[in-house]
Amino acid sequence: MAQTVSTLASTFVATSKVASVPQPKPLQAKLCAEGVTMIFKRNGSYVPVLEDVTLSASEGEFVCLLGPSGCGKSTFLNILAGFLVPTQGRVLIDGKAVRGPDPRRIFVFQERGVFPWLTVSGNIGFGLFKCSKKERTSRIAYYVDMVGLQGFEGAYPHELSGGMKQRLEVARALAVNPDMLFLDEPFGALDSITRLTMRSELLRIWEAERKTIIFVTHDIEEAIQLADRVVVMSTRPARIQRIVNIDIIRPRDISSRRYLELRDGILEEIGLAHKG
Amino acid sequence: MNAPLQFDRWERYFWPLLAINITLALWYFSVRWSGTEIFPSPLDVERGMAELVHRGLLWRYTLNSLSRVAFGYVSAVLIGIPAGLVLGWYPAAADMVNPLIQVIRPVSPIAWIPVSIAWFGIGDTAATFLIFLASFFPIIVATMNGVRNVPSMYRCAGRNFGLSPANLIAKVVLPAALPQIVVGLRITLGIAWLVVVAAEMIAVDSGLGYLVIDSRNSGKRYDLVVAAMILIGLTGLGLDIAIRRIEKLKSVRWGFRNEH
Amino acid sequence: MKHLALAKPGLQDSSLPHSQRDPYRWSQISEERTPAAKFRLRPLPSAFITVLLMMWHVAATHQKLHLLPTPLAVAFGIVELAPRGVLLKYTVASLFRVTWGFTVAAVLATPVGLALGSHRRSEMALNPLIQILRPISPLAWIPISILWFGVGDMSAIFLIFMASFLPLTVTAMNAAACIPSVHVSAARNFGLSYWALIYRVLLPSVVPQLIIGLRITLGIAWLVVVAAEMIAVNSGLGFLIVDARNAGNRYDLVIAGMAIIGIVGLLLDTAMRSLEKVKSLRWGYSED
Repeated sequence: MAQTVSTLASTFVATSKVASVPQPKPLQAKLCAEGVTMIFKRNGSYVPVLEDVTLSASEGEFVCLLGPSGCGKSTFLNILAGFLVPTQGRVLIDGKAVRGPDPRRIFVFQERGVFPWLTVSGNIGFGLFKCSKKERTSRIAYYVDMVGLQGFEGAYPHELSGGMKQRLEVARALAVNPDMLFLDEPFGALDSITRLTMRSELLRIWEAERKTIIFVTHDIEEAIQLADRVVVMSTRPARIQRIVNIDIIRPRDISSRRYLELRDGILEEIGLAHKG
Repeated sequence: MNAPLQFDRWERYFWPLLAINITLALWYFSVRWSGTEIFPSPLDVERGMAELVHRGLLWRYTLNSLSRVAFGYVSAVLIGIPAGLVLGWYPAAADMVNPLIQVIRPVSPIAWIPVSIAWFGIGDTAATFLIFLASFFPIIVATMNGVRNVPSMYRCAGRNFGLSPANLIAKVVLPAALPQIVVGLRITLGIAWLVVVAAEMIAVDSGLGYLVIDSRNSGKRYDLVVAAMILIGLTGLGLDIAIRRIEKLKSVRWGFRNEH
Repeated sequence: MKHLALAKPGLQDSSLPHSQRDPYRWSQISEERTPAAKFRLRPLPSAFITVLLMMWHVAATHQKLHLLPTPLAVAFGIVELAPRGVLLKYTVASLFRVTWGFTVAAVLATPVGLALGSHRRSEMALNPLIQILRPISPLAWIPISILWFGVGDMSAIFLIFMASFLPLTVTAMNAAACIPSVHVSAARNFGLSYWALIYRVLLPSVVPQLIIGLRITLGIAWLVVVAAEMIAVNSGLGFLIVDARNAGNRYDLVIAGMAIIGIVGLLLDTAMRSLEKVKSLRWGYSED
């Protein structure tokens, strides 16, 4: 049932084949990137990385940016989060232009983004400096519980496994109660079994807290399993090639016909269609 | 060739002791065999050490050297670390100051002796100034590099959570740079110890360095010379072990994952 | 208000493997929205040095005790020394001693260190000895070097040797211990003999680290030669400094000498750094 809200916000899919869908209207959208272009200057030559990317996302939506490594998705995510200034174009969140990073939109790096000199509690409580001590303690306890790190409150990151560090980083991000989360290939450094676990964890957390999530990945399966909409991006300079609406109700059955249809459609889009 | 070997505990003590004993034996026999009258054998050195203890010089001179190191080193650290933080944080400032540092650094602190004697006369102040000078540049460079090597990911995360610049430096940059700063502290302490001995040879009349030169000058007491050298080595080693303890602190240990 | 403002990327080198690139370095661009980025006024380092020199000049001319020469006096001092040939002679003398002492130390220390570092037991055995000898300032060896070699070139060379040998041995030991065992396994897999393994795999692996160690130790050797010359020898840049002071309190020459020492030391360091830039060795150095 959770999925229906976001399906209503995006446009209806007409056919059973994979179709490109238009974006939510800017007024309703939580996030709106318009004509974002990014050109880097390096060693005297210009390197175009993003070309005229326009994307909207609604409140509470789970959007995946999918593309091969190095195509510019991370750059785009950094622009959305306010860490980079686009060469052209602008980003609006809640109708206001993005001027820099903000605690209401937390960026989740890969697990090496946790602060190694702080314990688990220290990391989760990092952004809570405006809270009273009592509130901070209770919030830390709540999020330790939510991500399943009970018993490790006093542990340091180097004593944790990769999956645990990733969960810690998500907890740190959630503790400040942001509106939006940007995740940049967060599961990339994990082994594939842990990755599967983390995907369901993330969905569970998302369904409980309902943040707007923009998730960057190069893993097609991951994108289809997690997202409401998958934004397929081309290689550099990255443009939006196709936006695919994933209209399967969660929990998603990865052997269902619709899933395989969507997956094949995207593979074809990327140019890796299965021959014969 | 590099196959991992398992050692019994006794091996960790046996081999070093064996090496030390072999060295002492070689020393002893080469002195005997060459028939020298001046160069001391290990036994002479031992007797020399006992004499130093007896005359009360051992502790007094060691403390002299240590206190000079303490003053010079600590003042260098107290100024150098904040300065390094600022320089590391503002790349423009670092670019500005860096060439100056690169030119002054190769100048041996000893070369500053005439200048420091001219300014401070012979005595403790001159020596402490030299130690300060010798410690200042390594620690400021180490701090600068520590700050610059903080992955920008941490800085971005700090800003993401809405930290003010002051908080950013205090809560993110400094803790992240701390392992490298601590290594810098250790290396600088080693340098300070080397310099104090050298400074004492020229500029003062007490301390272990002075003992080395004076033992030779007043009576060719090479047994005391070597005894003083060994004391210098042992005290320096003690300082090194003490400061390595800091690297074991939990809030810094994360930076030294693959160390012995 | 849209304008085409170009962003300049950070120091990324796309020839590096992905794992070594920090994707978040992109944000170290002048367009980055950091508070510090606003201070990129780009003052030239020479401007800073000029300001310092002016402060020095003012301080020197206003002091009562005439202990501090003005920068101009120092510059004149350098000019005065040069034609007399003394400067060149002394610089060559210092460099000569450094070269000999350092080279002999390097030639002996490298194989010894590599051999010791490859065998855990020998490393264990000698480590305490090394740890005790290391904190002993090379200058503490002066009485012994005078005893064995008298006052002169050999004495200075011996001191340089003592100052360089131990650090170079330690560097070589560390380098040998850091060779990734995967490389050794791969080499043995291809059937390399013992000596071929050393020559074709081990030596190339340790060269980058050795070069860094050589550079640092050369810096130490340069410091020591100056100090040794101040105490135990009668020529060289170090001697120049003490002599200038003893023979008439010529502090302008003292500081001129110090400036030259600094510059020569910097040149030595730069020369060694250029070795690190050689393409066949660059793999050993992450972006700096």
